[in-house]
Amino acid sequence: MEFMTEPLMFGMGSGIFYIHIPFMLVNGGPAISYRSMPGLIFSRTCKALGVKVNRKKFGSEKEAVDYLNKQIEMGNPVGCQVGVYNLPYFPAEYRFHFNAHNIVVFGKENGEYLVSDPVMETVTRLTEADMLKVRFAKGALEPKGQVYYPEQVQAVSREQIQRAIVKGIKKTAFEMLYIPGPIAGVSGINYTARQIRKWRDKLGPRKAALYVGQIVRMQEEIGTGGGGFRFLYAAFLEQANGYIANDELLRISDEFTKAGDMWRASAINMGRIFKGRLNEQKDFEESANMLDEIAAVEKKAYQDLRKLKLL
Amino acid sequence: MKKEDVPQDPSALSGVTRDVCYVKDKDGKYTTDLSTGWEVKKQALDNAWDDIKERVALAAEQVRKGEISPVYYFMELKLMDIGLLSSYTGFWKMTIRRHFKPAVFNSLSNEKLAVYAKAFDISPDELKHFKG
Repeated sequence: MEFMTEPLMFGMGSGIFYIHIPFMLVNGGPAISYRSMPGLIFSRTCKALGVKVNRKKFGSEKEAVDYLNKQIEMGNPVGCQVGVYNLPYFPAEYRFHFNAHNIVVFGKENGEYLVSDPVMETVTRLTEADMLKVRFAKGALEPKGQVYYPEQVQAVSREQIQRAIVKGIKKTAFEMLYIPGPIAGVSGINYTARQIRKWRDKLGPRKAALYVGQIVRMQEEIGTGGGGFRFLYAAFLEQANGYIANDELLRISDEFTKAGDMWRASAINMGRIFKGRLNEQKDFEESANMLDEIAAVEKKAYQDLRKLKLL
Repeated sequence: MKKEDVPQDPSALSGVTRDVCYVKDKDGKYTTDLSTGWEVKKQALDNAWDDIKERVALAAEQVRKGEISPVYYFMELKLMDIGLLSSYTGFWKMTIRRHFKPAVFNSLSNEKLAVYAKAFDISPDELKHFKG
């Protein structure tokens, strides 16, 4: 599995996505996501590569603790779904009740778990009490002590990698273009744009500015690689070209870089709103128009991916 | 984004970690770089926290005036909503809303106070004697 990189994992698992869930608030703001659920990305990639994943949730806390300890004693690093609110090492201002965070637990030393957290630059530690808290965090997407690990890892052939890449790309293109309804995929971006146009009248300038701020926070959340995962996806397409040489992959990769840059530009524009410098209806309109432009660029890119004949 | 454009602004990450960015190097190839933060993002997060702090201060004032119980205050302080508090305590949302009333709160049993205290990660005394 030495070949594996974050962009490959992300792309094979059709990680890139967009959804704006109406009528649901996350921390008092709009519920928007730029990617598929991380557990799903992992499962899809493993499946595509023929790696069997063992996944377990627990009804009892004791069972969950015993199971984790046993795996670690056997020397198996395991993935754990956790809530970030009670992660003591997490940057304080990032500690919201968010439960879809994933860490790798790979050892125990002096009664503390050794943890590799994708958000952190170095190995961190968690006490048993804190580990229990974060594994049994409550709320949306409760982890319920969930652990997972690849059961048997065999050598993966180049052909398997190629097939996994194509499968990931085709699924992404399909999801972003053809999921029915207005809230998911490319049309979800247009949906957000329509909402933005209404926010100022509906919520008042202050709350509308907070909502816009939430979009930027989700888009540039730590771990996205910037631009709502669009740069990460562009990197995936570039790496895919290393397995399946095709100039179109590089060209479409550039389109995703462009989309990522546009998302960043949109964040700067929205920043003017929530910094309070500009807060007129026309400023919201401008932000909404930028999202519609991004949707158009992405739509073309997914259509091109869908047409691509790779194998 | 190009490598030279990676923002290195001070942020909430300072001293804790840095943010991985996928960027193009000067040959146009993707690579990663670490960012200390981005002003735009920091401002969005600061705004969200200003709003939270305001809500918490308002809740404290309401407790002080005897309009609402400490349960409400600590719910706000711990960034919870009624649904989440209900999951942590096992109390129905309707029950929790009742417990927001100072008179009802004052008559709560020690067992119930302990359940709330555990959910808020504070001592039962701290909850009981919070005056705003």
